[in-house]
Amino acid sequence: MKSLYDLVIIGAGPAGLAAAVAARDFGLSTLVLDEQQIPGGQIYRSIEKALTENTPVLGKDYFHGQKLVERFRQAGADYLPEATIWDLGRDLIVSCLVDNQARQIRARHILIAVGAMERPVPIPGWTLPGVMGAAAADILFKSCDMIPEGPVVLAGSGPLQLLVACRLIDNGVKVAGMVETNGFGDNLKALPHFPGALRVPHYLIKGLSMLWKVRQAGIPAFRNATNLRVEGDESAEALCFDARGKAQKIPAKTILLHEGVVPNLQLTRLLGCEHQWYEPQRYWKPVLDSWGQTSVNGISVAGDAGGVFGAKTAEAAGHLAAIDISSRLQALSAQEKASAAAPLLKERAREMSIRPFLDTVFPPGRQALVPPGNETLVCRCEELTAGQIREAVALGALSPGQVKAQTRAGMGPCQGRMCGLTVAEIIAASRQVPLAEVGHLRVRPPLKPITLGQLAKLEIAE
Amino acid sequence: MLKRLHENSDRKKVTINFEGVQIEVLAGETVAAAVLAAETDYTRTSAISGVHRAPYCQMGICFECLMEIDGVPNRQACMIEVREGMKVNRQHGARGLSDEVSV
Ligand SMILES: Cc1cc2nc3c(=O)[nH]c(=O)nc-3n(C[C@H](O)[C@H](O)[C@H](O)COP(=O)(O)OP(=O)(O)OC[C@H]3O[C@@H](n4cnc5c(N)ncnc54)[C@H](O)[C@@H]3O)c2cc1C
Ligand code: FES
Repeated sequence: MKSLYDLVIIGAGPAGLAAAVAARDFGLSTLVLDEQQIPGGQIYRSIEKALTENTPVLGKDYFHGQKLVERFRQAGADYLPEATIWDLGRDLIVSCLVDNQARQIRARHILIAVGAMERPVPIPGWTLPGVMGAAAADILFKSCDMIPEGPVVLAGSGPLQLLVACRLIDNGVKVAGMVETNGFGDNLKALPHFPGALRVPHYLIKGLSMLWKVRQAGIPAFRNATNLRVEGDESAEALCFDARGKAQKIPAKTILLHEGVVPNLQLTRLLGCEHQWYEPQRYWKPVLDSWGQTSVNGISVAGDAGGVFGAKTAEAAGHLAAIDISSRLQALSAQEKASAAAPLLKERAREMSIRPFLDTVFPPGRQALVPPGNETLVCRCEELTAGQIREAVALGALSPGQVKAQTRAGMGPCQGRMCGLTVAEIIAASRQVPLAEVGHLRVRPPLKPITLGQLAKLEIAE
Repeated sequence: MLKRLHENSDRKKVTINFEGVQIEVLAGETVAAAVLAAETDYTRTSAISGVHRAPYCQMGICFECLMEIDGVPNRQACMIEVREGMKVNRQHGARGLSDEVSV
């Protein structure tokens, strides 16, 4: 371990791993930090663990990751797992907590490759035990070899939801219903993007085969579902919703919610990077040049943290960012840079060609964006409802920051990671202004809990 | 709430203490998962109304999995692997007495 690196990469998913391998190729001293115990990120989570009993069903994509992780292990980058970042500054100092010890590491350049998170799905009853994200079930499967207890109902929209449904079917879990908030209208809207998607037909084939599996399994399926709510006393007992013109109720032990994934912005927000609104999936993402450089000097972003475009795109973007950073640090000439980048730019463009289609077929459901009723809990930590947020707006709060000051929404342990987007959407809808005008919550350190005792022992980077 | 897919896996068994009861779990599992596989469905009570809550995201975002692990409150149980002899308790209400500076 050094105290200064040419490149510090935060996140060991496909983007961070590809960047590390390339950066080492160009001779940069490189450190990779990640919260998880082993490399792989979300899609290739736990790939090195000995939980192989189940891996055959994980499929070919998962094993692509194995090779990537192997290359990373051999690349000679320093690697710090189980590292929690609690601060990051424009002075390019990374403050982290490793093994109960707070430490600081300096970098000449930082690459943020922290990926995405599941979009929170605020519906009545979503805080009951027995309700969780669909991606959470995916994580439990990959890292702990566990599946939720059936009957399970899946609700929402998105490719990941379909993937999780198939995984449950393959493992003999009873899926009592597939309740989609999108519908035929979205298929129609996506039609113009279909030719683009045909450039990567293997994704379409994979999607169709998953749809086929769900249909073959005879799972009751609903589309255009509205008014979703979880019923239950101490834990989830049923999902209720309106579809096919009437009220429906499906009893279940586990309810998995999903409305797509959104970039993880804690770090770029903390650094004050410029962000832009991405309308098709209604999320913010950092403004990046084609190499991943942000508006802040010395800070680049690669992978889903810069916009959710999938694992292969993330890998190409990580590689491209490493090329750019190497050239900035003079490890690469302009000509070397251009020729190394050419095939990757092509690859990335091809991989991206399915996104307009996917992003239109699976829009985040309206109910999840702006809870229509007032009783839905929006801020899970401080237990604030949509009604309380609306009240604050009626009393003059114009931004998430002002709502936070009035109500405490976003002040709990998750620091607005779960309610930030919803609060902004509610404000925009109430004020009838575009969301971009409403702004976002400010992010402040420490990003994760750290004790005074741990801080006191900090070795400060000079 | 959760089921192990391979209960008879040849992975190492680990004993942890959850709410005063010894439970046998498998090495490599996170604390959050191991506890949810042990016939319980909640891991903390909420800060304001004291209702039952359970892990939601399993990836360090939601902070619903906050538990007291080996005497330290506010630990994210979804990010920590089980260790032999670990003492795990539900976290009740807002964080317990400690020298926390966060949040
Ligand atoms: C839960 C989940 C499951 C998914 N499963 C699939 C799937 O099965 N198939 C598929 O095609 N796509 C899946 N996706 C989409 C997937 O995220 C992307 O396709 C791909 O993994 C993006 O790669 P990445 O390198 O940008 O980020 P990720 O793979 O998300 O990697 C980011 C890494 O950064 C680490 N990290 C995050 N924040 C911090 C921090 N503050 N400090 C330190 N480390 C941090 C994380 O631990 C993680 O290892 C999933 C997404 C999510 C959120
Ligand atoms: S379950 Fe969400 S932070 Fe642990």
